[in-house]
Amino acid sequence: MRKLLKYLKHYKLESVLAPFFKLLEATFELIVPLIVASIVDDGVKGGRGASYVVYMCLLLVALGVVGLISSVTAQYFAAKSAVGFAKELRSDLFKKMQSLSYSQIDKIGTSRMITRMTSDVNQIQSGVNLVLRLFMRSPFIVFGAMIMAFVISISVGRVFAITIAILCVVVFGIMLITIPLYKKSQANLDKVTASTRQTLVGVRVLRAFCKEKEEVDDFNKKNGALCASQKFVGLISALMNPLTYAIINVGTIVLVYVGGLEVNSGALSQGDMIALYNYMALILVELIKLANLIITVTKSFACAGRVSEIFEMPSEISCDAENIENAPHAGEHFIEFKNVCARYSGGANALTDISFTVEKGQTVGIIGGTGSGKTTLVNLIPHFYEANEGAVCVEGDNVNELGDEKLRNMCGIVPQKAVLFRGTIRQNMQWGNPGATDDQILSAIDCACAADVVASKDGGLDAYVEQGGKNFSGGQRQRLTIARALVKRPEILILDDSASALDYATDARLRANLRKLDYAPTVFIVSQRTSSIRNADKIIVLDDGKIAGMGTHEQLLESCQLYREIHYSQYEKEGA
Amino acid sequence: MAALSKKDVYKRVLKQIKPYSALVITTIFLALITVAGNLWAPIIFGDIIDLIISPGNVDFSAMGVKFALLGGVIAATCVAQWLMNVINNRITYEVVRDIRAQAFAHLQVLPLKFIDSHSYGDIVSRNIADVDQFADGLLMGFTQLFTGVLTILGTLILMFTLNWIIALIVFFITPLSLFVARFIATRTYSLFIQTSRIRGEQTAFVEEMIDNLKVVQAFNREDENQTQFDEINENLTKASLKSIFYSSLTNPCTRFVNSVIYAAVALSGALTLIFPSALPIVFSPGKLTTLLSYSNQYTKPFNEISGVITELQNAVACAARIYELIDEPAQQPDAPDAQELENVKGDVAFEGVTFSYDPEKPLIRDLNIKALAGQRVAIVGPTGCGKTTLINLLMRFYDPQGGAITVDGKDARSVTRYSLRRNYGMVLQDTWLKSGTVRDNIIIGAPDATDEQVIAAAKATHAHNFIMQLEKGYDTVIGEDGGSLSQGQKQLLCITRIMLCLPPMLILDEATSSIDTRTEMRIQRAFAKLMQGRTSFIVAHRLSTIKEADIILVMKDGNIIEQGNHDQLIQKQGFYYQLYNSQFAK
Repeated sequence: MRKLLKYLKHYKLESVLAPFFKLLEATFELIVPLIVASIVDDGVKGGRGASYVVYMCLLLVALGVVGLISSVTAQYFAAKSAVGFAKELRSDLFKKMQSLSYSQIDKIGTSRMITRMTSDVNQIQSGVNLVLRLFMRSPFIVFGAMIMAFVISISVGRVFAITIAILCVVVFGIMLITIPLYKKSQANLDKVTASTRQTLVGVRVLRAFCKEKEEVDDFNKKNGALCASQKFVGLISALMNPLTYAIINVGTIVLVYVGGLEVNSGALSQGDMIALYNYMALILVELIKLANLIITVTKSFACAGRVSEIFEMPSEISCDAENIENAPHAGEHFIEFKNVCARYSGGANALTDISFTVEKGQTVGIIGGTGSGKTTLVNLIPHFYEANEGAVCVEGDNVNELGDEKLRNMCGIVPQKAVLFRGTIRQNMQWGNPGATDDQILSAIDCACAADVVASKDGGLDAYVEQGGKNFSGGQRQRLTIARALVKRPEILILDDSASALDYATDARLRANLRKLDYAPTVFIVSQRTSSIRNADKIIVLDDGKIAGMGTHEQLLESCQLYREIHYSQYEKEGA
Repeated sequence: MAALSKKDVYKRVLKQIKPYSALVITTIFLALITVAGNLWAPIIFGDIIDLIISPGNVDFSAMGVKFALLGGVIAATCVAQWLMNVINNRITYEVVRDIRAQAFAHLQVLPLKFIDSHSYGDIVSRNIADVDQFADGLLMGFTQLFTGVLTILGTLILMFTLNWIIALIVFFITPLSLFVARFIATRTYSLFIQTSRIRGEQTAFVEEMIDNLKVVQAFNREDENQTQFDEINENLTKASLKSIFYSSLTNPCTRFVNSVIYAAVALSGALTLIFPSALPIVFSPGKLTTLLSYSNQYTKPFNEISGVITELQNAVACAARIYELIDEPAQQPDAPDAQELENVKGDVAFEGVTFSYDPEKPLIRDLNIKALAGQRVAIVGPTGCGKTTLINLLMRFYDPQGGAITVDGKDARSVTRYSLRRNYGMVLQDTWLKSGTVRDNIIIGAPDATDEQVIAAAKATHAHNFIMQLEKGYDTVIGEDGGSLSQGQKQLLCITRIMLCLPPMLILDEATSSIDTRTEMRIQRAFAKLMQGRTSFIVAHRLSTIKEADIILVMKDGNIIEQGNHDQLIQKQGFYYQLYNSQFAK
């Protein structure tokens, strides 16, 4: 929570003014009994008459108006700072989430991040709002009452001090016990969220397997666990109110007894006794309010902890500096892999000892079996993952040192999974280049053989794209994602098996178009089909993370057993 | 989704609480004890203070008796209050559990049309964030509403015993504060609805971007996203500032009404004392003090109740959103006389089928296909020609608008969806795995399969090797949507799934698109065995894999333009011929 407090910094003034006006209101409230006393003592008993009483009652109403104004002001400032706090927190949280590496995202999971962003931040917002509005007021009254008690009688004041000390122990004790329990129940909420998401994302498969009932059963289990954990923490936090009530009342009994002794010995008057009793009653009223709020605040703390966990995740992929060779500047080659090894956290090598060079404008084909490391290899170029050993260099600079933004601006990437985003086709295309004109976009679309896709939709470039591109078929999405990368006019174009949903004719047309591009990008084509890469300047054959062969199509057919096998598995007749 | 009126929502909530009536009655009873204790304790204290008069004049023995009584009252109050809190928690969380379960169960019967056309984030936000807010409101309602109302009644009775005229004045002015609270509440309701809606929008945006973070990062799109997020965030901030601020006006306003009441009591009380003959009531300054403190105590719950009303506005707005989801019409249920589809031979026919997603854009018109039992039907055509739509229709994810699809001569709509779908084995290009172990995913269609059967199926699809290389083999837990498995590995698991349950009809939509051809060749044998005697529908771009089909349907723009086997179609030198030849185009 402390770490999150910085988000209040733009609302310093508001967050000071809110409790200030709240205190002002409390102070006016404290004056009221004095006026009432004066009505009784001066107006009724002192004989100052009806006009004085009326005057004093008008004063009471006036105090009410002033109280109303300061309270409304306080509410406004509290709401403003709480809402502003949440705004900055969410904005920063989103920024942080965007900077997470892909493996971190895999680990946390989308649904957990969504709960952090929504339900957790909301809870913290309510917490901040309440703290500003009421947490200043309650201690003010509690400690104010204690000080007044000491002024009246030191021995009775001690009773106040001890009672308040015990109250603190109980209140904070319950908070300490319940915070981890709230965290646990929020974690159960995460599972419920994930379950809900899963049933939506996997709806086709789940229904195809008639899993609706099992899904419901599984959800009910998780939902039940959530409910049980909420009830359990409720059991403990429900103690807050009765316990504080008991402590205050026992404190009052002691107070009355000690007071009785004092009065008996003549150290106190009955009037003092009544005043002391009233102060204790005041504390009780405040505490009952406080106890209800503490539950909210405790929940906020638990949520703040969960949000902080995201902030505490290391942003960059940590690299093992010793194993990275110094970049061989001078840049003889456009792209160079030098003895690159890569592995995912803790696992076996996904790539072992990969070395090759690529010149500007060349086309490189990468082929190999499922899980042979093709995607990993191309992901090293835009620095999505970092090589654990060796170096990946672009224009002679190690990609680790190039700066991701510059590097990724050079690269046009078409990922395996073709996703589009909600918006229009034009907006999707402008991902590559926010300033792209319609002409540029249309020529990229042409090149990606997607002109008919755009033509088939109402509104052309303004046609609406649903989340994930659900209103387009797999092949349509793939061609549009290729166009999106081309709008960028990238120096390096990476096609990660991005023609898998295209028919051969379209695939062939696409490759022909790419060759004709005026800016002659260096192209990496990852594919399963030899037909897609047979014209490449260089083909890299991967097997289980190692290079099994490298060369042109003809060379590989001669020299590489694996390549031959792959090729003839697709062209058996021609080969036989 | 249709908007619900506030009244409807309240009714729904009450209905939702109904099963917990016994607990609600108990909590009211406990609230009664708590309030009685709360009101009684000060009276006893007052009596005790009356025993402390002056030096040497303190009745300690009488005090002892009172202390004992007080101890009992306090203990009873504490226990009652604790039990009341526990029960309130229980009602709230169980009601919320029920609502979530209802919503989730409803998601299972919503038509795919609905799910395909709504953002997941928004639906998730309804079932999670909105229900959470509803729970907060409900809990607050339970904890503060009953005690509040009872405290008001209790103090009112005590006030009447002190001075019925002043009590009447108080009684008639106080509803003013409730009126103020109501006035504010009705005006903030729409603000809460708006806030909730923007929050849903934000969730949808976050979901979309975080889910595809790699693309975002590849296009250096973080800054634009941030700008867009901040824009939604700004709107949310404005909306929530309004709703929070305006709703938080309730408390100060009712408090102001209360201070007016307080002044009125003081005025009328003091005047009664100054002109004692005007009213036939015995009154004293001491009684005025008590009356004032009671009127204070009496108005306090009004503050609480008005706070509850505010919170309830928010809660009701959120509940409305979840009920909207629950009310969304479900898919057409199976006909009451729907039969179980059993002992399927596998004759499948499309008879004059007409279908479109959007009524304004006809897609499939008068489609006729006849596949005999055991035949292999390949569907070929340029992307977007309607291949996936055929699958949607076969599986009854969508129902045709005209004509019928029959299995063994029975209209697919006359049999239960479950039995129809059980008879199909489906592998889609968009692989999807549930979070759970590898084994869980494989046995999804045959939950009773033994380990031997699972391993045999995985060996047949050549998935066994890579599974064994995973950290815990078949017990490796894979995260949301397959986690770190490669696309091809996911596809192998999806095929293994089918290999294990062996349904009589197959739908393979680009089932091997992400698997390398060597592995594909190896699993081809298993596939061939699998398709033996099974009617199969195969969508593929690799013409080599569909050459052996019995019927090849060449589709374009939702229509079948050519039909026949490979040799016939090649001879025909039509569209298929062109496609086939382009495979070898340089």
